[in-house]
Amino acid sequence: MEKSEYIIQIEHLSKSFETNRKRVIEGIVHSAVNVLDDVNINIRKGEFITILGPSGCGKTTLLRLLAGFLTPTSGRILLEGKDITAMPPYQRPMNTVFQRYALFPHLDVYDNIAFGLKLNKIPEAEIDKKVRRVLKLVSMTDYEDRDVNSLSGGQQQRVAIARAIVNQPKVLLLDEPLAALDLKMRKDMQIELKEMHQKLGITFIYVTHDQEEALTLSDTIVVVNEGKIQQIGRPKDIYDEPCNSFVADFIGESNILNGTMIEDHKVSFAGHEFECVDEGFGNDTPVDVVVRPEDIYITRKLEVAQFTGTVKSCTFKGVHYEMFVETDSGHELMIQDYNAFEIGSTIGMLIKPADIQVMSKERLCNTFEGRVTGDDTIEFAGGEFKVDSQSLQSQVGETVKVQIAFDKVELLDNKEDGVLRGQVKFILYKGDHYHLEVVTKDDYKIYVDTNDIWDKGDIVGISIAPSDITVVRDE
Amino acid sequence: MKDSVQTKTPCFSLGKLVAKAYLWALLIILYSPILIIAIFSFTEAKVLGNWTGFSTGLYTNLLSGGVNNMLIKAIENTLLIAVVAATVSTLLGTIAAIGIHNLHGRRKSVVTFLNDIPMLNPDIITGISLFILFVALGISQGYMTVILAHISFCTPYVVLSVMPRLKQMNPNIYEAALDLGATPMQALRKVLMPQLKSGMISGWILSFTLSIDDFAVTLFTKGNAGLETLSTYIYADARKGGLTPELRPLMTIIILAVLLLLVVINLRKKKENE
Repeated sequence: MEKSEYIIQIEHLSKSFETNRKRVIEGIVHSAVNVLDDVNINIRKGEFITILGPSGCGKTTLLRLLAGFLTPTSGRILLEGKDITAMPPYQRPMNTVFQRYALFPHLDVYDNIAFGLKLNKIPEAEIDKKVRRVLKLVSMTDYEDRDVNSLSGGQQQRVAIARAIVNQPKVLLLDEPLAALDLKMRKDMQIELKEMHQKLGITFIYVTHDQEEALTLSDTIVVVNEGKIQQIGRPKDIYDEPCNSFVADFIGESNILNGTMIEDHKVSFAGHEFECVDEGFGNDTPVDVVVRPEDIYITRKLEVAQFTGTVKSCTFKGVHYEMFVETDSGHELMIQDYNAFEIGSTIGMLIKPADIQVMSKERLCNTFEGRVTGDDTIEFAGGEFKVDSQSLQSQVGETVKVQIAFDKVELLDNKEDGVLRGQVKFILYKGDHYHLEVVTKDDYKIYVDTNDIWDKGDIVGISIAPSDITVVRDE
Repeated sequence: MKDSVQTKTPCFSLGKLVAKAYLWALLIILYSPILIIAIFSFTEAKVLGNWTGFSTGLYTNLLSGGVNNMLIKAIENTLLIAVVAATVSTLLGTIAAIGIHNLHGRRKSVVTFLNDIPMLNPDIITGISLFILFVALGISQGYMTVILAHISFCTPYVVLSVMPRLKQMNPNIYEAALDLGATPMQALRKVLMPQLKSGMISGWILSFTLSIDDFAVTLFTKGNAGLETLSTYIYADARKGGLTPELRPLMTIIILAVLLLLVVINLRKKKENE
């Protein structure tokens, strides 16, 4: 293959882990969990790229695949055009900075840093020169004889970075390197890392769950959730134009509302019509609308405002005030403004067309494949539900498609009461209701719209009224 | 506050006295047999229990080689078997522990359970099973079979003393070594082994003492070509009619040596915990 402009190309990379638990999805027995699902990333030489996602999203697995500690289930990794998927970690010209530093406790600072060089049989004098140079780079000169256990977290992290970069790797992998440090130290190290990246010219692949860190440091951000890439882009693009509600919610503060695209450049949400810059969604299409809290302008002149609302709370945040405003349509919006507005006062609000980000909805209702098990029962999502017998005109054993609206799924405090049991995995506030993702024990995902407040991780019972289950005959 | 503490301390309570007496009674019961051997090692009487005046004659006899050649040979055998068995067990046990540590879920608990069984198994059963195994395989019994037998019952103890070290270790350390260019063997030697050193040393000492101590398993695996270890020699000697008097100073020395080893192990543990 000819030399490409990319130092690393990740092609259709998937990784699944075996589990003891068997799961049945769409009639097929699965005994593996997909941790990464068809990931494709191209990384330019010298780039600072961040893999960003919540814990358990597969980002660390991706890094471990790159380092060579894991082998992918399918797909390949190319380094400068050469396939390195099967290459063991000790042959890859990459080095890793581990989350918990992973310094060798039986060696002092100098020997920790010299570990890789000594393995490569580099002459003593040269090792000495190199170690001293990196110690200076991470501002740890004079620490070479110190026992690594006597160092503070920040100092250990510097040694870990020095130990990795002293080998002059082509790519430096960083696995949440600042997660264990306190806030102040983290901020300082962020700046130092950025400087180091510019000085060294090495490609940095950085894994974090901290969106602010990602926005600060990266040239490119890859947002990952549930093993899938959600969006790849420059920090500003990802912030300004999130491609779905997950990204919008995960990166920065945002108001995410249900809306309808009336026609090109015209969207309605929170009970009003707004001009926007988006097009190509089709007419009268349900969409998700994202407005950043700093993009809503407040005015006291109600007659020029697009819509009005009442200030519910106002908190000083240092640079700006953060206010929660209930609009005339009953939606709650978060607004950041340099001026404070009195609680209880009526205000007018304006949003610029370019500040409205419209996203197509990933799904409009819950859809499951089901099997008729009786006169008025259907089995789907790992449970047997009662349905209206009139609507069920199918034979026992027949496969049907089942649809349930988000707001018709009932969540119960007492998990024994429901037909199914599930855990709340993801919560999105939509201005006037919550949109939840509930995962059942068989890993079915049920999406729920509710006004009740649940916490992430809550175990809930799930039940659906027979009349709310719509049965669609399979063609 | 200080005053009240001072006035209280000189008071003797009956409960405390009983507790102390109990402790001393326990210690005396535990250690009197050992003490008796040690005391009677300083007299030359043929029969244990007779005191014919203080003498270090038995010690000089023992150390100058004035005793039965068979006894010297038995001591040599015991030490040789213990050193070889302890060393091999330490290597096997350490590698096994690393393997078990990297297992997950059910597999790990099953293997850990399997590792525990030989330790709980009565020695006599281990001895007889090994005897039957060696006979079935047609292996002629001698040094080799005794060493193999000792390795088999020492290894689980090494696994047990190395496992806690592995659990304490940062799981990324091995990967960090690979990442920096070490092959798996180099990573094992340069990073894992130094981390596990203290567990390995404890395991070795434990195996060494277990091997010296063993009687039942040795008896069944030593064959009939005349191989004797200290324990089987003493057993045979005692059955022939009275213990050879020189065994008394020998036992005293062994007890002291074991005591020393124990102190070493405890000091190491204390240092580790700090």
